[in-house]
Amino acid sequence: MPLLDRNGAKKDVWIISDDGSADADHILVSVAHLKQALSGNGRGRRIGVAIANTVKLAELEPHLSEIDLVSIAFPSHGDGRGFSIAKQLRHAGFKGTLRASGPLIADQFAFALACGFDEIEVSSAHAARQPIEQWLKAASSISQTYQRGFGAHNILDARRAARATGK
Amino acid sequence: MYRYDEFDARFVRERVAQFRDQVARRLDGSLTEDEFKPLRLKNGVYLQLHAYMLRIAIPYGTLSARQLRQLALIGEKYDRGYGHFTTRTNMQFNWPRLRDVPEILDLLADVEMHCIQTSGNCIRNVTADHFAGVAADEVEDPRPTAELIRQWSSLHPEFDYLPRKFKIAVTGSPQDRAVTKAHDIGLRILRNAKGEIGYEVMVGGGLGRTPMIAKTIRAFLPKAELLAYLEAVLRVYNLEGRRDNKYKARVKILVHEIGAEKFTQLVEDEYARLDGPSIVADPQEVARIAAYFAPPAYEKLPLRSTGFDAAKTQNRAFATWASVNLFPHKLTGYAAATISLKNIGEAPGDVTSAQMRVLADLAEKYSFDELRITHAQNVVLPHVKQDDLFAVWQALVAADLASANAGLITDIIACPGLDYCSLATARSIPIAQALAQRFADQERQIEIGELNIKISGCINACAHHHVGHIGILGLEKSGKESYQITLGGDATLNAAIGERLGPGLDAEDVPDTIERIVEVYLQHRKAGEPFIDAVRRLGLEPFKAVVQETLHAPA
Repeated sequence: MPLLDRNGAKKDVWIISDDGSADADHILVSVAHLKQALSGNGRGRRIGVAIANTVKLAELEPHLSEIDLVSIAFPSHGDGRGFSIAKQLRHAGFKGTLRASGPLIADQFAFALACGFDEIEVSSAHAARQPIEQWLKAASSISQTYQRGFGAHNILDARRAARATGK
Repeated sequence: MYRYDEFDARFVRERVAQFRDQVARRLDGSLTEDEFKPLRLKNGVYLQLHAYMLRIAIPYGTLSARQLRQLALIGEKYDRGYGHFTTRTNMQFNWPRLRDVPEILDLLADVEMHCIQTSGNCIRNVTADHFAGVAADEVEDPRPTAELIRQWSSLHPEFDYLPRKFKIAVTGSPQDRAVTKAHDIGLRILRNAKGEIGYEVMVGGGLGRTPMIAKTIRAFLPKAELLAYLEAVLRVYNLEGRRDNKYKARVKILVHEIGAEKFTQLVEDEYARLDGPSIVADPQEVARIAAYFAPPAYEKLPLRSTGFDAAKTQNRAFATWASVNLFPHKLTGYAAATISLKNIGEAPGDVTSAQMRVLADLAEKYSFDELRITHAQNVVLPHVKQDDLFAVWQALVAADLASANAGLITDIIACPGLDYCSLATARSIPIAQALAQRFADQERQIEIGELNIKISGCINACAHHHVGHIGILGLEKSGKESYQITLGGDATLNAAIGERLGPGLDAEDVPDTIERIVEVYLQHRKAGEPFIDAVRRLGLEPFKAVVQETLHAPA
């Protein structure tokens, strides 16, 4: 399925293999098979995990340093739980790739990036209706927002900087 | 009043451009109706029974003359010459065309206004005490806190797709005039034993089909920690709130189902994980906002105004208005004047463009260019010199705005109901009009004293009928409108949910029944005992009998 990040379309190198049995360099396993995939990972494969948006942080926290990608499912564009899970994972120190997977719309791209996502995976039909250009345009339609801790371009820090320079 | 800086101004302009682009992408098919709906709602655009409706945010109910004149212009140019103030202190226009909306948003941005998050499953317009900065019992003005939250909640990346809408109210007084306990989050500003300012944080209040009074989850949150703590509360709600059933998705249901203790634990655990200092606003930023709400340049005035006293002696109608519609100001020689939008026989909260201009002129001339919109759908001139009150009143009389009924039985709160709203199950405005006509007699209203009637046209309870002293809920029963009466609700510090008096009544029986309820009160009250106190003392039984009488009365 089409994949994009803040620079545009992107090639997907990850192979879905729920139980981790696939012979590939980048395998995306389910939570149930995560421990097994990590412990049997003598070959230096990259391990990613695909999670539902009901998974609790505590389930992943012990393994975060060994995981290269977490793919969080968005069952619908109206279900915003994935944004909070991404934020929690980043708080917990996760440094790998965060992927949002599901029917998000271009207008949510900026929110996803601000919450710590790197990339979005959408269906082909979805991507055909909302081409990449719309996503990139939507991502930059609001240049600065009001929340600290959600990216560098925030108004509170800009005001602080303006105060510091005496403007 | 808060004024936009360059950042606020750019943010709102970009938001308008973004919506224009979203409308274009809906029209070219890039967005489905299902995808577009939350986007239009978050810009205040509803599809109603007859037309689109546009809801404009009036943050914490504060307006300047220039802003109100712009609303008057919009009402004239894009609506039918009037607007409607809501119980969330917003303004609604009921007849704009979708293609005009981006243009209206630009006109609003010209006067530092917007429609951001006046609908949708996100953090809504923040409300506060309409007597902020006026009331003598105030610990701290709640408006700077409300403005800080307004900014923080605008387009919050994490909290724009919540399970359901989320409403925050702030009060700075022990006497709660902002109905904080009926909000998803209620904040009460207070001092701790060391004299430091902080917030009591209450979560999980709400009305709708499952009315709940909010629970305190933090008795004292230091002021500087506010935004980080709100982030923790909202994150817990976003992750744990129910999404399987729209009617069980508000945070009140989560708090109720897992218990206030467990909810508090989840919030405190999340809060402990956060890096608070990286989230909260700098003290300098908080001070920057607060500076906009510094008291105006009051004059030093004597305790009593001889001109005011003389005018009251000479003009009985003015004296009546003054005794009913004024609220004491913390500064001697001033008063806050409530301008009732509850003329007998008219729709509560409606105001014409011509009236808006009169109000704007009065604010500019007599009230430091400031107006407040109240959750009771009235307007307040917050800082009027007592010397000027007679002139203000004369102008109000000329504009048909001088009803002397603030807080009385005809100061009815009503939602738009089945006359406008696509959710409604019954009409509300005609019921309000019939009741106002029934109790129109000025002296009788004053004799009855403080009594709030709140009328909702469906269980979503936009008119807060649960916390009305008398609440009226319009439902549909076998194809006919049916009205349930509740008694004993209270929106203040002693917040309470009213209890049902019996089965639903037909519309034409409502005025008689309410009149009988009032008669029971008048018969049994002790000297000086307000309606709500008498109901608490007497219990529901004597009032239930009244409803039974109505039901069994020969047709």
